[in-house]
Amino acid sequence: MAFLDSAARSMFLSEIVKGMALTFKYMFKPRMTINYPFEKGPLSPRFRGEHALRRYPNGEERCIACKLCEAVCPALAITIEAEPREDGSRRTTRYDIDMTKCIYCGLCQEACPVDAIVEGPNFEFATETREELYYNKEKLLANGDRWEAALAANLAADAPYR
Amino acid sequence: MPTLSINGISVEVAPGTSIIQACEQLGIEVPRFCYHERLSVPANCRMCLVEQKGAPKPVASCAMPCADKMEIFTDSELVHKARKGVMEFLLINHPLDCPICDQGGECDLQDQALGYGFDRGRYIENKRAVSEKYLGPLIKTFMTRCIQCTRCVRFADEIAGAPEIGLLGRNEMVEIGTYVESAITSELSGNLVDVCPVGALTSKPYAFAARPWELKKTDSIDVFDAVGCNIRIDARGSEVMRVLPRTNEDVNEEWIADKSRHAIDGLLRQRLDQPYVRKDGKLVPASWPEALAAIAAKLKGLDGSKIAAIAGDLADAEALIALKDLMTALGSTNLECRQDGGKFDPHARAGYLFNSTIAGIDQADAFLIVGSNPRWEAPIINARIRKRFLTLRENFQAAVIGANLDLTYPYEYLGAGPETLTKLASGRHAFAKVLQNAKAPMLILGSGAVARPDGLAIQALVAKLAAKVGLVRDGWNGFNFLHRAAGRVGALELGFVPGEGGRDLDAILDGAGKGEIEAVYLLGADEIDMSKLGKAFVIYQGHHGDRGAHRADVILPGAAYTEKNATYVNTEGRAQMARLASFPPGEAREDWKILRALAEALGKILPYDTLSQVRRRLAEAASVFRNIDSVTAAEPGPFAAASTGTVDNAPFAMPIENYYMTDPISRTSPTMAKCTEDFGIVEPRTGTHG
Repeated sequence: MAFLDSAARSMFLSEIVKGMALTFKYMFKPRMTINYPFEKGPLSPRFRGEHALRRYPNGEERCIACKLCEAVCPALAITIEAEPREDGSRRTTRYDIDMTKCIYCGLCQEACPVDAIVEGPNFEFATETREELYYNKEKLLANGDRWEAALAANLAADAPYR
Repeated sequence: MPTLSINGISVEVAPGTSIIQACEQLGIEVPRFCYHERLSVPANCRMCLVEQKGAPKPVASCAMPCADKMEIFTDSELVHKARKGVMEFLLINHPLDCPICDQGGECDLQDQALGYGFDRGRYIENKRAVSEKYLGPLIKTFMTRCIQCTRCVRFADEIAGAPEIGLLGRNEMVEIGTYVESAITSELSGNLVDVCPVGALTSKPYAFAARPWELKKTDSIDVFDAVGCNIRIDARGSEVMRVLPRTNEDVNEEWIADKSRHAIDGLLRQRLDQPYVRKDGKLVPASWPEALAAIAAKLKGLDGSKIAAIAGDLADAEALIALKDLMTALGSTNLECRQDGGKFDPHARAGYLFNSTIAGIDQADAFLIVGSNPRWEAPIINARIRKRFLTLRENFQAAVIGANLDLTYPYEYLGAGPETLTKLASGRHAFAKVLQNAKAPMLILGSGAVARPDGLAIQALVAKLAAKVGLVRDGWNGFNFLHRAAGRVGALELGFVPGEGGRDLDAILDGAGKGEIEAVYLLGADEIDMSKLGKAFVIYQGHHGDRGAHRADVILPGAAYTEKNATYVNTEGRAQMARLASFPPGEAREDWKILRALAEALGKILPYDTLSQVRRRLAEAASVFRNIDSVTAAEPGPFAAASTGTVDNAPFAMPIENYYMTDPISRTSPTMAKCTEDFGIVEPRTGTHG
């Protein structure tokens, strides 16, 4: 009987009809894909993208060179050097992140006591050479300046859950 | 002997032992801030509270002596509650700035707050703030972090003998301070940073430089004086970040001097990182084969008597034996390690060692210091003498012949020059009686006292005095020679002194001036008068571009003490090993390897290729190197040479003009330069200087 069953199904093309029916049904449903470079999907406030070093509203850099991010980084991607600044405060002279090593675990921003190093919403930082992915302090601070509005909004959105 | 039980474990302790010490004997950890085993006990932090059965309240274990049948609990509910309360009070005024605090990661308060701290603060009033104090160029203060344990006050008062800091004010207004702003005038001030349990006192040169967890720690030996302090070198990558003391009860207890601790930034500056050869009067960079060939071209065929070698203050035993073997192979006996011009019998060990040993100071009851400023020549030994003074108090008897300086303990000033010594040696002086009647008299002869033309006569005079008052007795040798250079005793043990028909320092310099000496090998020797070297061909092997390198015709870049596995013998005759903490810069190499390569270029192959083979050679050459880390005592015996000449009655000159700059490393150190300026040792440089 099983032989007759399958013979009948192939004779009447029932699988094809079923498949086409499904396709036809989706023609009237809203599209799931987006036109990526022109449209973007929603991101969680906790999204862990490109790193940035933030500043205080008065322009003072937040990072105090406590080196906790360097210590916690499981990929050893962060390198920090520090010395007293002219006014005697503790600041970094070097803050490097090797983005090729980074595994985007987010432990650096968890460790940061002053919310200086954060992983922002930007994920479009592909480069043509590896060298461009060795971020220094200047690049990270520039990232911070560029993304500050989004970073602050994300931190505020996530604050009730911390 | 009281017997008590701690957490149900019975223990018998010596009378007078405090409960915290008894706990330590059992390996039970009791948290503490103010208690320090080498300082007096104020019992003011209250962190070490323990429960004593029958006592109405918890007791401070650091101040409570053990008594028979006591029952102590260190881990009970009551104890935890008490400690938590104490911790909460301590944290009321302590800022939450661990991320910017240099003590972070190695802070007693941080560690103990993890165990006893409350997870949030209940204190809503304003925290107190305290203004920063100026304590000199080495110590940075954050007085808001201070928890008033007074360890620093007690250290300065008791160990350093510089009672400048104190606790001012009462109650919430209480502050550690100097009252009149002044730097701590002590050579041991760096230890204040170590005794501070929080981040109130931190190291200024090391400020914000590194975190304890990123440092590679290497146990090593200090070379800035001849005490041979045990140190720990903390390096990050190729850079030595800091030096900390390591406990060794027989040598430095747990202190080190400021130069040992802070001169290390000199290791990064003015380093020789490649060989140089002088061409047309100018030093030009060269490769190793070129440099060795330049030396070979000069030395080959040169008669041994025309070659001389002078070893410097920081020379390690491995390099010294290699140089000695090389010079012997070249047929030269013109070896000299006493570059300060010291004249004493280099063959009798009893005559050049600190025979009583440093730990022996704790038994001595009368001291005579001749021609030395131990405070600058060996701050750790001076601190040990002060410790003896604190134990003996009015029974402490000390006298000084030489300069009348503040040595941090009282002494009788006998005179400035050898005439007082002559008087003592003939028994005509009252202090000779004191030495004679003492149970364990100590005479400390400074290396500066014999670094003069009549040095041998001075040594003979001291030997006469030693015999007169009986410095050497059953089980006690009270004659002590205090060296200044870490490499000196090692060189003397290896016989790096003029051999048969050899020239001593003056004769070498004289010969070089007259052209009788044509080649001089300087193994890190920078303290000699370079202008006296005349037209001689000078080979300088060392690590800093100092005086020797400026005069040299060929420079061979060697390794500094943090960059090689080396053996040093301290002034007691204790061989200790320094270990490699970072690699030498550039083309620089370990010193014995350079000499091994040079010997090959000269066609005189030295019979060792590895460090262990060199060490085997060392062990053959002198018994001290068979006995690492402990003193190889000298047989008491006669030590002054027979023909000594007459004593010149000129007063003893102090060999160190500036404690902070005595060798190539400390001379290039910016921190030491800052100390020199801030402590007013030399006139500050003005625009009219050079």
